[in-house]
Amino acid sequence: MGDPGPAGRFGSMGGRFVPEALIPACEQVEEAFRRAWADAGFRTELTHMLSSYAGRPTPVTVADRLSDALGVSVLLKREDLAHTGSHKINNVAGQVLLAQRMGKTAVIAETGAGQHGVATATVAAHLGLGCTVFMGEKDMARQELNVFRMELLGATVIPVTSGSRTLKDATSEALRHWVTTVDSTHYCIGSALGPHPYPWMVREFQRVIGDEARAQCAELLPGAVPDAVVACVGGGSNAAGTFAGFTATTARLIGTEAAGGAALSNGRRGVLHGFMSSFLQDEHGQIAEASSISAGLDYPGIGPEHAYLAEIGRAEYHSVTDAEAVAAVELCAQTEGILCALESAHALAWVRRAARDGELTAGSTVLVTLSGRGDKDVSVLRELIRGRR
Amino acid sequence: MAAVETVLGQARAKGRSALVTYVTAGIRADWLDLLTVMIDAGADAVEIGLPFSDPMLDGPVIQQASSAAISRGTTIPGILAQLREVSGLGTPLIAMGYAHHACTRGLRRYCHELADCGVSGTIIPDLPVSEADEYLAEARDAGLDAILMVTPATPDQQMQVIAERSRGFLYVMSVMNTTGRTYERDDDARWAVAARSRKHSARPVIIGFGIDTPERAAAAVTYADGVIVASALMRRVMDGAPSTEVGRCVREIRAAIDNAQ
Repeated sequence: MGDPGPAGRFGSMGGRFVPEALIPACEQVEEAFRRAWADAGFRTELTHMLSSYAGRPTPVTVADRLSDALGVSVLLKREDLAHTGSHKINNVAGQVLLAQRMGKTAVIAETGAGQHGVATATVAAHLGLGCTVFMGEKDMARQELNVFRMELLGATVIPVTSGSRTLKDATSEALRHWVTTVDSTHYCIGSALGPHPYPWMVREFQRVIGDEARAQCAELLPGAVPDAVVACVGGGSNAAGTFAGFTATTARLIGTEAAGGAALSNGRRGVLHGFMSSFLQDEHGQIAEASSISAGLDYPGIGPEHAYLAEIGRAEYHSVTDAEAVAAVELCAQTEGILCALESAHALAWVRRAARDGELTAGSTVLVTLSGRGDKDVSVLRELIRGRR
Repeated sequence: MAAVETVLGQARAKGRSALVTYVTAGIRADWLDLLTVMIDAGADAVEIGLPFSDPMLDGPVIQQASSAAISRGTTIPGILAQLREVSGLGTPLIAMGYAHHACTRGLRRYCHELADCGVSGTIIPDLPVSEADEYLAEARDAGLDAILMVTPATPDQQMQVIAERSRGFLYVMSVMNTTGRTYERDDDARWAVAARSRKHSARPVIIGFGIDTPERAAAAVTYADGVIVASALMRRVMDGAPSTEVGRCVREIRAAIDNAQ
């Protein structure tokens, strides 16, 4: 997983499909990122912020009781323990520092589950930048607590009422807003998608997950490398960051999509939000609406590098149903005392199914990235589980 | 072929300011009437908006128009079939579609399909010149004028590149905003971009984005070779105005820009 070059292409995927109005801004972000990423001073500043503020490195937990239940040996990369409760802070710390370097005074962000919005509001508060977050009205209702957290952190949350009123439309609205504020504002995209350089930049800011996990696995596992590395994929930032640490190893790389947002399993090539990748589409080629219990995976596309990794066969992508994800949240909570996010539970749910079906052989070692904690999902889960009883 | 450039070039040679109007294809059953009404009222070219689920450069009016058209079952093959029936209007039609549709149909097929049903120009707002090599080649091959955009954020050097590669005319996105948003405070900056664009373009420079009234259109043609009016007309269509009223609006703008010279 290298530098996608000036055109920002991963094979034929990616690119920079934005109106001419946003081209200078994308070029500025690319130039600033290239310079910062090659600058030891920036790296030191970011590493310091991640360790002294964001709680890195996050541990890898050997999940003994979960492993017993599943019949495979599970290691959990604990992004749920990072500040603000998910991996999103890794990317935001990098981008907000970059925004500051570029002389921007404010950041905007889109958010689905609210985790990226909370992380952006958090780092913006920490560094003293203004923050506006675009969030679909439907997501605001199901992630009410995160809306309040963002407001408490001093951010303005703008409800998006167009289209499916979820992450797809929040992203469109954030891009539209960026056109109007591009001089003063950095658009802090939360996933490994968008116009070049975002998919690459976000993956690089998230690769700390994979780099840490690789070293931690080397200490914990006799074979140093797990047999499989599994992460959930909406746009795909935690998976991109995790995979980045393992593409050069023999580990199988598995991304798990929500069944209702399975852009790779059920999608076709298309262009949205500035990049070419695989998207859910209706029979007439319009972008279809995704539908998942987890707001963070409720996106009809997938980051372009994932589409490329699937195309060349380096990573495989499977889909997981809402019911499987909810069952995995319960299993993880009750065997490990870890309440993980519904998004992350999609990764665990695949491991459970694969272990049962022999897709993962008994006793194999599996690293699962727990991308976030589940506190935000408690009210959704409560209604669902109580309704079931 | 290359009718956009011919028609607008001739208008400029005669000292006539160009008026380009817009209709979202399939917005309502009589959308082809809207098209002919606009032409009868003095439009020199008409943009045909191909509805897309996620039109990122459009403001609320055209977003709603697109989703209304999609809800009515409008599809690209359906639009092409309808356009084929009205070909030979004598006024150039310009397809305004997003990169998603062009790329999923295939750029070659997209351009040839448009040309085959009598369309003479194409605008793809989210296909910037840096991504446009194949598109520009296919458009040329199909005999379509591929119209490119410059914006207030576009540096001079890049403006020169875009102006040289644009065909038909140079589209000036005159304000850093989505379509249909007008603030008076933007006007000076708006005209400045048009004036700057003219220095780089041998072709007509046509100004769009937020040109909402006859007065603003009249002011615009002091700085550009013509105007594009879209949301202001679509707003009336969305409000249920009959095609005659839309025609009246177009005539008012026509009169205003004619009198401005």
